[in-house]
Amino acid sequence: MSDVVELQGATEGTDNKNESFMRALMRRPSVVAAIIVLMVLTIASIFAPLLAPFDPKAMDFSTILNYPTSKNWLGTDTMGRDVLSRLLFGGRRSLLSVVEGVSVALTLGVPIGLLAGYLGGWTDRIISRFVEMLLSIPAIILVLVVFSVLPRNENIAMVTFGVLSISTPIRVVRAATLQVTGELYITAARVSGLSHLRIVLRHVLPRVRGPIIVQGTLFCAYALLFEIGIAFLGLTGGTVDPSWGGMIGEGTKVIVQQRWLIYPPGVLSIIVILSFSIIGNTIRDVVVKDETVSQQRNSRLAKKSFSALTPSGSTDDGYLLSVTGLEVKHPTNNGDVTIVDGVTFAIRAGETVGLVGESGCGKSVSALAVLRLLPGALEMTGGGVSFEGQEITGLSDKEFNRLRGSTFAYISQEPQASLDPTFTISSLLCEVIRSHEKLTRAEAKQRAIELLALVELPDPERVARLHAYELSGGMAQRVGIALALAGRPKLLIADEPTTALDVTVQSEILALLRRLQSETGMAILLITHNWGVVSDLCDRTLVMYAGQIVEQSSAQSLFDQPLHPYTQGLLNSLPALSTTHGHLSAISGSVPPPGTWPVGCRFAQRCPHATAACEEGQIPLVSVRTNRESRCMRSDEIFPSEGR
Amino acid sequence: MIKLIRRRILFSIPLLFFVCSTTYFLEALIPGSIAQTILGIDATPQEYAAVNHSLGLDLPFLQRYWNWIFNALHGHLGNSLYNSQPVSLLINQRLEATFSVVICCTLVCLIFGVTFGVISALRGGLMDRLLDGISAIGLAIPPFFLGVVLVQLLALKFHIFPAIGYVSLSHSLSGWFNSMALPVITLSLSGIAVITKQTRDAMRDVLDRPFIRTLKSNGVPLRSVVFKHALRNASIPVVTVVGLVFVGILSGTVLVETVFAIPGLGGLAVSATSTSDIPLIQGIVVYFTLIVIAVNLVVDILYGFLNPRIRNS
Repeated sequence: MSDVVELQGATEGTDNKNESFMRALMRRPSVVAAIIVLMVLTIASIFAPLLAPFDPKAMDFSTILNYPTSKNWLGTDTMGRDVLSRLLFGGRRSLLSVVEGVSVALTLGVPIGLLAGYLGGWTDRIISRFVEMLLSIPAIILVLVVFSVLPRNENIAMVTFGVLSISTPIRVVRAATLQVTGELYITAARVSGLSHLRIVLRHVLPRVRGPIIVQGTLFCAYALLFEIGIAFLGLTGGTVDPSWGGMIGEGTKVIVQQRWLIYPPGVLSIIVILSFSIIGNTIRDVVVKDETVSQQRNSRLAKKSFSALTPSGSTDDGYLLSVTGLEVKHPTNNGDVTIVDGVTFAIRAGETVGLVGESGCGKSVSALAVLRLLPGALEMTGGGVSFEGQEITGLSDKEFNRLRGSTFAYISQEPQASLDPTFTISSLLCEVIRSHEKLTRAEAKQRAIELLALVELPDPERVARLHAYELSGGMAQRVGIALALAGRPKLLIADEPTTALDVTVQSEILALLRRLQSETGMAILLITHNWGVVSDLCDRTLVMYAGQIVEQSSAQSLFDQPLHPYTQGLLNSLPALSTTHGHLSAISGSVPPPGTWPVGCRFAQRCPHATAACEEGQIPLVSVRTNRESRCMRSDEIFPSEGR
Repeated sequence: MIKLIRRRILFSIPLLFFVCSTTYFLEALIPGSIAQTILGIDATPQEYAAVNHSLGLDLPFLQRYWNWIFNALHGHLGNSLYNSQPVSLLINQRLEATFSVVICCTLVCLIFGVTFGVISALRGGLMDRLLDGISAIGLAIPPFFLGVVLVQLLALKFHIFPAIGYVSLSHSLSGWFNSMALPVITLSLSGIAVITKQTRDAMRDVLDRPFIRTLKSNGVPLRSVVFKHALRNASIPVVTVVGLVFVGILSGTVLVETVFAIPGLGGLAVSATSTSDIPLIQGIVVYFTLIVIAVNLVVDILYGFLNPRIRNS
C-alpha cells in the first residue's frame, strides 16, 4: 500500500514541477515570441481561405514579378499571383507535412525507445544496433526513391521521412527511460507486481515526457527544413499549388531578373524553423538547468578579487607554507555561499601535517585554493598564502604556474582518473619532467624510468609504456606520486591519497610516502579522514569542521587528549581508540552544508556539551596549552588539563 | 584495432543489404512502371511485354531480385532508362564534383567548428551566447536558400565568386577553388554549428576531469594542458559526430548541387527522381550507402587512433 502512495506522490510531484516549469518558460521573451509566431502561423494557415486577399492560384500576367505594393503586400510572382496569399496557403501544406513527419517519428520512436530502456538486455542491444544503422542512412536519398516510384506524393514522402528519422526519438527516450527505470519507485512497482504495461504507461511515460517534448519540438524544425527542401526541388506539388519551398525554387529561377521573390518564403521559413528550435532548446535548458553561475563570471570575479585581496603581513619566517584567513566562496544565483571560512595554518619544511574532518568540511577545497586549482565556480575571496616567506597570492597565473610542481605538487584521491588516458605513462612523465628541467627526450625518458623505480614500481620500463587504464589503482597512485616528484617539490599536498585503494595497498602507499619524505625532506600536507593515516605519518594535525579549523595540535597530544568535542567525537568513532566510554560512539547528525552555518558554534547542534552560550556568537580559535589551538569556548571545562 | 575494423566491415554488410533491398522492394511495388517510363503511356501491351522481357522484368520477383543483387556484386548496376548508358558510368562521372564539395565541407566544418568550440569553452559568457545564437540561425537557414542569397550577393552583385558551375580539379586549381567557395560556405554552416557545440561540451567536460588538475598542479604549461591534453581527449567525442555531419553534408548535396549547377551525385539523384529512372536511382542509393559506410570506417579508425583503450583491445 505504501508503494502506491509513494508512486502517486512521484506523479504529483511531476505535475507540480510542470507548472513552475511552464512559468519558467514564459519568463523568457524569446520563447514567448516563438510561441506567438507559431500560434499566429497556425491560425493564419487554418483560416487562409478567409484571410488571403487573393486566390493563390489566380494568375494575372499584367502584373508579374512586382515588388511589394499596397495591393500585393508582398509582391507578385512569375505568373502575377499574390505572394502573401500563396504564403498563407503554402503554410497549410508545410504545417501538415510537419505534423505527419513528427507524429510518425514519435508514434514509432517513443514506444521502441521505452521498450529498449525498460526491458534492457537483448531487446536493447538489438534496438541500439538498428538505431546505429538507421543513423548512417541519408534519409533524403530514400525519400527520393519514394518520389521516383510515387511521384508528387508528399504525404507518403513525409511518412517515409518520419520512419527514417525514428533513431533520434528512440535514443532520447531510451536514455531517459533507463534513468527512470533505475529509480527506487519503479523497482518498488515491479516488486509489488504491477503489470509492465501499467508501470510503463502510468509511471515511466510521465517522467520521460520532458525529453519527448524537447525532441518533438526540435524535430518539427528538422521536418519543416526537410519539407521545404523537397518542395524546393520541385518534387512535391508542382507549380500550381503553393508551397514555401516551391516558392523559393521559383524565385531562384528568376534570381537574375528579380531579387525579391525568394525572400518572403525564405525568411518566413527561417523564422518558423527558428521558433521551433528556440522552444525546444529552451525547454531543454530549463529541464537541465543547474544553479551554478557560468564559468565566465567565475574567472572574471576571481581576477578581480585576487587584486583586492590584502596580502597579510604575518608571513611567519621559518615556515614553508603559511596560509592566513583563507576564504573560498561559491557564487550562486541566490548570493555567494561561503565554503571555507578564514582558514589559517602553517607548515614547516620537512613537516607532515594532517588535515582531518568529515567529508564536506572544506579540506580539499582549502588545499585546492592554495594550489589555485579551485573547481568550477568556486573562488578564493579572501586571505593570503605565502611560500618561504614570499607572498604568492598576488602572483599572475603565469608566475604562479612556475611554482607548481617545483615548489608544491599535488596527488589526488582518484589515482586513475588523474592520469590523462590518451598518453602513455612515459610521455606524461617526460612532459612534466621537461617542464621543470631542460633535458633532451632521451634524458627525460631516463629520468622517468628512475622516478618510476623510485616509487617502487616493479619493471619500470614496462610500466612506462602503459596507459592509465592498464594500471591498477595502487600502481596509478604510484605513478601519480612519481609525477608529483618530477619537479622535486618542497611541499606535497596529498588529497586522501589512499581512500580509493585496497587496505593492503593503502599501507604500501603510506610506507612509500614516509620513505620518500625521509629521503627528500619534503613537507607533506595530508588530507584524510582516516585516523590511522594520521597516527602513522603526521607530526601535527589540523581538524576542520564546516569550513573552519576547530583544533590544531601535535598529532600525539591530539590522540592523548582532544581539546574540541568534534575531535573527540571523531576519535570516539574509531574502534581502536574509543576506550573513553567503553563503546563505539559516532557523532549523531551530519555536517551542516555551506550556507546553513549558524552564527555561533557550528558544531553546537551535534555537540553533547553545547550550552545556550555556544550558539550566541562567533567562536574564535584560541591558543590552549602549549602549541595547541581549539575553537571551543568550553574546552577547559570539558577537557581538564590533567589528561586522561 | 584490426578486430574493430573487421567487425565494422562485417557490420556494414547488413546495412548495405538492408538499404538496397528496401529500395528494390519499394520500386518493385509498382509493376510495369519501368516499361511505362521507357515507352510512355501510349504503347501497346505487346510493346510493354517486349520491353519487360528484354529487361528481364517478366521473371518472378525473387529471381529478378537475385539477378539484381548478383549483377550489383559484379559491379553492374544496369542501364539508365533515360539514355541507356550504364548506371555505374553515369555515376562515376559525377563522383569528382560531389567528393570535392563533401570533403571540402567536412574539413571546413572541422576546422571552424573545433576552433569556435575551443574558444567558446575557454571564454564562455558572451562568446558562448553569441555562438549559440549564430548556430541556432545556422541550423535554421535552409541551405539552398542561403545558397541563392550568397549567389545573389557574392556572385551577382559583387562578383567575388562565380555564381554557378564546377571547374574540375584537373582543369584548374584556382578555378576549382573558386567554384567550390559558395557551395562549401552554403553546406558547411550547419555542420560548423554542430561541431562547435560538440567541441565546446567535450572541452568543458574534459577540463573538469581530475587529470587536468594533476597536469596543472605538476607544473605543465597551461598551453599544453589545454591544447595537447584537453583537446586530444575532447576530440574523441567530436570525431563521433563527424560521421553524422558528413551524412548531413552528403544529404545536403541533393538540395544544393542543383542551385549551383554542380554536376554531382546529388543533382543526378534529383534528375533521376523526376524522370523516374529507377535503375539509376537504385545505383545512386548503393553509392551513397557505400560512401557513408566508408566514412564511418574512417571515423572508427580515427576513433581508435585517438583512444588507446580501443586501439589496443
